[in-house]
Amino acid sequence: MGRTMIQTEKLIFEYERRDEEGNVTGTSRAIDQVDLEAVEGQFIAILGHNGSGKSTLAKHMNAILVPTGGTMWVDGRNTKEPEELWNVRQSAGMVFQNPDNQIIGTVVEEDVGFGPENLGVPTDEIWQRVEESLKAVGMISYRHHSPNKLSGGQKQRVAIAGVVAMEPKCIVLDEPTAMLDPVGRKEVLKTVQKLREKKGVTVILITHYMEEVIDADKIYVMDHGHIVMEGTPKEIFSRVDELKSFRLDVPQVTLLADELKKRGLAIPEGILRKEELVNYLCQLD
Amino acid sequence: MSIRLENLNYVYSPGTAYEKHALKDVSLTIPHGEFVGIIGHTGSGKSTLIQHLNGLIRATSGQIYYNEENIYQDGYNMKELRSQVGLVFQYPEHQLFEIDVMTDVCFGPKNQGLTPDECRERALEALRLVGLKEKYYKASPFELSGGQKRRAAIAGVLAMRPRVLVLDEPTAGLDPKGRDDILEQIAYLHRQTDMTVILVSHSMEDIARYADRIIVMNHGEVMYNDEPKEVFAHFRELEEVGLAAPQVTYIMHDLKERGFAVDTGVTTVEEAADEIMAAMR
Repeated sequence: MGRTMIQTEKLIFEYERRDEEGNVTGTSRAIDQVDLEAVEGQFIAILGHNGSGKSTLAKHMNAILVPTGGTMWVDGRNTKEPEELWNVRQSAGMVFQNPDNQIIGTVVEEDVGFGPENLGVPTDEIWQRVEESLKAVGMISYRHHSPNKLSGGQKQRVAIAGVVAMEPKCIVLDEPTAMLDPVGRKEVLKTVQKLREKKGVTVILITHYMEEVIDADKIYVMDHGHIVMEGTPKEIFSRVDELKSFRLDVPQVTLLADELKKRGLAIPEGILRKEELVNYLCQLD
Repeated sequence: MSIRLENLNYVYSPGTAYEKHALKDVSLTIPHGEFVGIIGHTGSGKSTLIQHLNGLIRATSGQIYYNEENIYQDGYNMKELRSQVGLVFQYPEHQLFEIDVMTDVCFGPKNQGLTPDECRERALEALRLVGLKEKYYKASPFELSGGQKRRAAIAGVLAMRPRVLVLDEPTAGLDPKGRDDILEQIAYLHRQTDMTVILVSHSMEDIARYADRIIVMNHGEVMYNDEPKEVFAHFRELEEVGLAAPQVTYIMHDLKERGFAVDTGVTTVEEAADEIMAAMR
C-alpha cells in the first residue's frame, strides 16, 4: 500500500438552521462520523442519493468546508489549520457538475492557465503546464478555441485540464458527467483513468451513474450523512436490494444477471461487465 | 392534437460571426397521445427543436402545424398554444420562485385567467399527479430535496392542463430512485390521460424503456425517427454521433456473435431476460 492521500476520522459537519430573521433555530448534521481513506493512486467512488451528504463531504477534501467535528487530512495536512489552506487546495483539485460554471477564460489555453497563474507559477512554466494538461485530456488541438463552442464533454475535459495544470495529487469529481451525452460521459471517464495511470493521481468520483464506478478500487455508499456500505464494486453491487433501499441502483448488466439468476440460471452475484455475463452464459449453454 | 413540422430551419445570430444553423430542414409528425423520446449529442439541436413546439422560438423558415393549424399564420392564438403545449426546461427547479409550493404551482393557471378556486383545484390535481406529499404544499421550495423540487416544477406545468407535455432532461442530476420515480410518474400520467409526452434524455436506457418512438437528432437534422428497437439496431452509427444503445442491446449482440439464437432488437432488461431464457432452453 502506498501513502494515504485522503483520510477522515469521525468527520462531522453541522450547519445552523435559521429562521427568516436570521436567528439560529437548531443545527443539522450533514455528515456524521465518517471514516474514509484513499491511498495515493487509488480510484475511490462515493455513491448516495440526493441529499445524502456526498457533495458536502467532497467539499471538505479541498477545504471549501472544514469539519465541525473530527478531522480531515489531505496528503497529511489537517484541513482545519488555516496556514495549510493553500497547500490543501493545491493537493486536491475539484471538478463540478456544470462545466459552464467552471470555465472563465475566453480562450481554452487561457482558462487552463488561470489556476497555475494564481499559484504564482512562472510564466514559462505556466505555458508548459497548459500544454501538458491539454495533451493529457486530449484537447490540445482546441487550445486556441473559445470554450463556448465546445461540446459538454469537451468543456468538462477543459475543466479537468484546468485542475491538472495545478498539478494536484488528487482530483475530486462531483458528478462530472451528469449533464453529458453518452460519449461525453465516456470521454471524461477515460480522461480521468488516463491521468491516474500516467500521473498516479488519486481519483475521488461522486456520481449517480452506477456503470461509472465498476472499475473503482473501493466504493463508499452514503445515506443521511453516514457511510452505510463500503467495499469493492463486486461486493457492493452484489447487494442489490440493500442498494435500492438507499435509493441507488446497480449497472444494467448486473440487473440482467440478477434477473436471470432469479429465473433459475446458475450465475454468480456481482457481475459488473457485459463480457463477464456473456462468458458465464456461454459456459452454461 | 398532432404536431407537424414542415421543413423547419433555424439559424442563430444570422449574418454574424456566431451564425449557427441549429435546425436543418426538419420535417416530422408527432401524433396525439404518443410517448416520443428525443436523443442527440450536446449541441445537436434537441433543445432548440422543442422550444419551437410552443412558439418560444420562431423558425427562420418552415411551418409548424398544431392540430392542423399553422401556428405562424396571422392572428394565431399563441397564448392558447402555450397553455396546450407545456414545456418543462432543464433544471426546472431553478425557476421556482414563490413563497410556497402551492402558490408556485398556482402561478400558471392564474396567468391563464382562472379564478383562485379554480387555480387551487388545478394545483391540487397537478401536485397529486406528480406524487408530491401534502405536507410539502405549504413548504418553501427551498426546503425540498432535489427530486421533490423537480416534481413541484413539473406540477407547475401540469396545472395548466397541457395536452402535450415536453420535458427536457427531467432526470438530470437525480439519484437512481428519484430518476425512476419521476419517469414512472410521467409514464403513469401518459397512461391515465391521453396526453402526448415528448421526453428529451441522455439516458438510452430510460428512453428505451418508456418511448414508443425515438427521434435522433444530429447536427440539427433528424437522423432516425423510428421504434426503439429499429433505432438501437444502428448502435454503431449512434456511437459516431455521441450516443449509444442501452447496455442490454450490446449484450444481445455479443451473445449472438457467440452463437446464441437471440433477438438483437432487445432494449430492456425484461426483454433481454426473456430472450436469454428462451435461447438457453
